[in-house]
Amino acid sequence: MVTVERTTTVPSQLGTAARSGRQRRLGLALQYAIFPVAVLVVWQICGEAGFVRRNVFPPPTDVVTVWYDLVTGFTDAATRYSGTWADHAWASTWRVFVGFGWGVTLGIFVGLVIGLSRVMERVLDPTIQVLRNIPVTAWVPLSLVFFGIGNGPAIFLIGLGAFFPAAINTTHGVRQINITLYKAARMMGANERELLLRVILPAALPSILTGVRLSMGIAWVLVVVAEILAVRSGLGYLLNDAYLFYRNDVVIAAMLSIGLLGFFSDRIVVLVRDMLLVWNDRETFGGEN
Amino acid sequence: MGRINISAVSKRFETAQATVTALDNVNLAVEEKEIVTLVGASGCGKSTLLNLIAGFDTPTAGQVLVDGMAVRGPGPDRGVVFQQTALFPWLTVEDNIGFGLSLQANRGKGDRRQVVERMLQRTGLAAFRERRPAELSGGMRQRAAIASVLAINPSTLLMDEPFGALDALTRSIMQDFLLEIWEEQRKTVVLVTHDIDEAIYLADKTVVMTAHPGRVSEVIEVNLPRPRKYEMRSTEPFIALRDHVTDIVRAEALKGTTMADAH
Repeated sequence: MVTVERTTTVPSQLGTAARSGRQRRLGLALQYAIFPVAVLVVWQICGEAGFVRRNVFPPPTDVVTVWYDLVTGFTDAATRYSGTWADHAWASTWRVFVGFGWGVTLGIFVGLVIGLSRVMERVLDPTIQVLRNIPVTAWVPLSLVFFGIGNGPAIFLIGLGAFFPAAINTTHGVRQINITLYKAARMMGANERELLLRVILPAALPSILTGVRLSMGIAWVLVVVAEILAVRSGLGYLLNDAYLFYRNDVVIAAMLSIGLLGFFSDRIVVLVRDMLLVWNDRETFGGEN
Repeated sequence: MGRINISAVSKRFETAQATVTALDNVNLAVEEKEIVTLVGASGCGKSTLLNLIAGFDTPTAGQVLVDGMAVRGPGPDRGVVFQQTALFPWLTVEDNIGFGLSLQANRGKGDRRQVVERMLQRTGLAAFRERRPAELSGGMRQRAAIASVLAINPSTLLMDEPFGALDALTRSIMQDFLLEIWEEQRKTVVLVTHDIDEAIYLADKTVVMTAHPGRVSEVIEVNLPRPRKYEMRSTEPFIALRDHVTDIVRAEALKGTTMADAH
């Protein structure tokens, strides 16, 4: 009897729970989907209505068609660009990560040095503050002169752009460390190395990673600038070349590719941050449901 | 271990506008295993004095000796408990308590895991060992902070308004907790507070300080029996001591306000 009762009640309860769970997930999916879908629909309608010529402002369906051929090379819809997507995407991604890598590494190091020492602040900070205000694009001519056409200027420009947010946020992170924690560690006998690695770095980490995230965003901006001006590969090059050949469908496909790769790069940074900063989300607002 | 001698200590701070004399010719002796409380109106230099003993700051004149040696910076022989609890927010309670013993300077001061375990049991935080400081109540945080200092086994505890941020009920519980620890471990304790009841309840000696400049106004021997009990606060001798200290501190505070009015 008991077993019979159990088998009759449990599935029905599970059913209700599963249904409400499914409804909740459906609701969430709707919240995520509603805006991008609306944008696509409006865009498609505008394209079909013929306000502008189709090849000037191609609707999403045309972009998807050409994008598919860009990636696979199956349909030849992208003609001279057919099947080149992976090479371009890889070229850009590689440049972003190499440039981002050196810029952020140097930025964190310099940020720590300035943050830890008032003397080094006086020595380095004014120069950095002035250089920071020169748009990185203004470095293009000089970087071409020095590095020639190729990966050199691209990696230089991206690293330069990534350097400043990393450096400035690291300095800020070090400066805002709770002095009580620092005093407590010194009182317990921490040496310079232990202070740096076990107190200063972890305490400054939230701020450092904010800088790193900004650096990643800037890196994707600058890779396009560099590829338009200084290199003959990459999504920025593809975009500019397609513009010269009046292929706006390819231009938009390249733009969206850059957007997506930038988005995924940012997700990687956020993922690393969330792994390192499990402790940091306790006392923040986080938004309403 | 843990004998403190402060002789003719003055501390002046230079600001852009003026020189502030935080301490003026202060003399004080703290015996081993004694609880001394420093009480006074704000600005009387009691925290400055504690900072000098801790070694976070150096006197402008005079000497601070701990066990006959001049203080040269902070060290694990003088454990400091801060008002703003010094717990690392990225470490769990047990890692915070074990932090001191994981430092090179404290190698060989005992098995870290064992000490942490004992501290967790002693402070009643065993069930919260995996929690991070932000997930604890104020009283639990301060207990964890005290445990992290006790773990390195300092001969002296320097406490800067350790219970000042707690509500009245938690504060009185923490006072008894501190006294229990002291009964077990008998460390020298120097505790700064602005709470006169607390200053008397805990102390063997209460040092009343006055401001502008910071001076020792009176050192009062508190001859209440130990172990102290909460009920003692309503006994005749306790009240007499409290009234006496209150008179000095209040007179000083009033003088401060009239001076401010005159300006």
